[in-house]
Amino acid sequence: MEPLIKVTVIDRDGTPHELEAPTDMGLNMMELCKSAELPVEGTCGGMAMCASCHLYVESDTDLPERGDAEEDMLDQAFFVESNSRLGCQLHLTQDLDGLVVRLAPVAQ
Amino acid sequence: MIQTDILIIGAGPCGLFTVFEAGLLKLRCHLIDALPQPGGQCSEIYPKKPIYDIPAYPSILAGELVDRLMEQAAPFQPGFTLGERAESIERDDEGQFLVTTHRGTVHRAPIVAIAGGLGCFEPRKPPVERLEAYEDHGVEYIIRDPEFYRGKRVVISGGGDSALDWSIFLAEGVASEVTLVHRRQEFRGHLDSVQKVLDLAAEGRIRLLTDSEVVEVHGDGKLDSVGYQHTTEGLQRLACDHWVPLFGLSPKLGPIADWNLNISKNSIEVDTFDYSTNVPGIYAIGDINTYPGKLKLILCGFHEATLMVQSAFKRIYPEKNLVLKYTTVNGVNGF
Repeated sequence: MEPLIKVTVIDRDGTPHELEAPTDMGLNMMELCKSAELPVEGTCGGMAMCASCHLYVESDTDLPERGDAEEDMLDQAFFVESNSRLGCQLHLTQDLDGLVVRLAPVAQ
Repeated sequence: MIQTDILIIGAGPCGLFTVFEAGLLKLRCHLIDALPQPGGQCSEIYPKKPIYDIPAYPSILAGELVDRLMEQAAPFQPGFTLGERAESIERDDEGQFLVTTHRGTVHRAPIVAIAGGLGCFEPRKPPVERLEAYEDHGVEYIIRDPEFYRGKRVVISGGGDSALDWSIFLAEGVASEVTLVHRRQEFRGHLDSVQKVLDLAAEGRIRLLTDSEVVEVHGDGKLDSVGYQHTTEGLQRLACDHWVPLFGLSPKLGPIADWNLNISKNSIEVDTFDYSTNVPGIYAIGDINTYPGKLKLILCGFHEATLMVQSAFKRIYPEKNLVLKYTTVNGVNGF
């Protein structure tokens, strides 16, 4: 079994949550946040089609580039910054160990 | 007024399959949906995506699944009220439900089945201060009638097909001035639409503002300008008569939240015996309901619909005994 990785999710109140996550279950950041009962809707189920898992990457973790579907969805999202990502498109791998993310505000 | 046996709120896969299962019990159905076409999310969000967990279909496109469900429901002649959002519910003196849409269409039925999925799809509203004050006073989220913009100065925001297509349409002899504002330099959307917008911009018929976002609205009671932020050039002002932000749709639970149903985390609580809600006669099936062990799968919604109509039948005909009949033995006898 691969070792668990540690990631930190800062919620919308500014509280950091340190989470341990397995990397051999095909999970992504959206699913990890949901399973930790953090306020992430994941409305579309992970198809990069709703932006309800929009977050900002605050660590200098080396991440895969945004895909086309993710770019397209971020085009329709609000509060988008250069470090914006969709949680559902960040698949948990050993490379993500030490990742720090902040949940983006929810538009009305 | 539209009278039916089971009034289904939501014409997604679960609502459509309810028509079939109800039809087998000789119950008629009518469906209301806020979207202009049946199919719910499957048609609106991901028609071209394959689904792999429908029994006996190793892979089926979401749009194709909807077509097949429509075909399966057709013998039972369902009625549709499309493009209208179910707004209010009340009970008449015979105990039947009256459901009225936002356009005022009234439906009457002894049973209401809420198959509302994620809720109603509503336009995404950008987080701009005092935006609400300008809604219908220069800010619109949907273009209903392009003639409305004749001779006007229009600002459109967005980078998708609807933003591109409307910019082209309005720039070709309708609006007096068209500005397209987009957060990035690249546009998603069809390549020929993108090219057309770039051509019109080169001819000076569309003002193209990329790397920009509208962040302010101004005007005394009516929109007269917007403020946009350019990534390097900062905040600038642009005079206009209309701003149309086109950022797609997102689902909201909507008016159903006020129907006195027990709701937990945006979902309606049901009894798994028959998927009834706390209001006798109102059921909730599919992605919109919740119960211990709930899985939001189309497959599970079909099961819920099937059990729900049995319970609905017993409410409508308490004196009749219901015997399960197999379609293989009896065939499907439509109306």
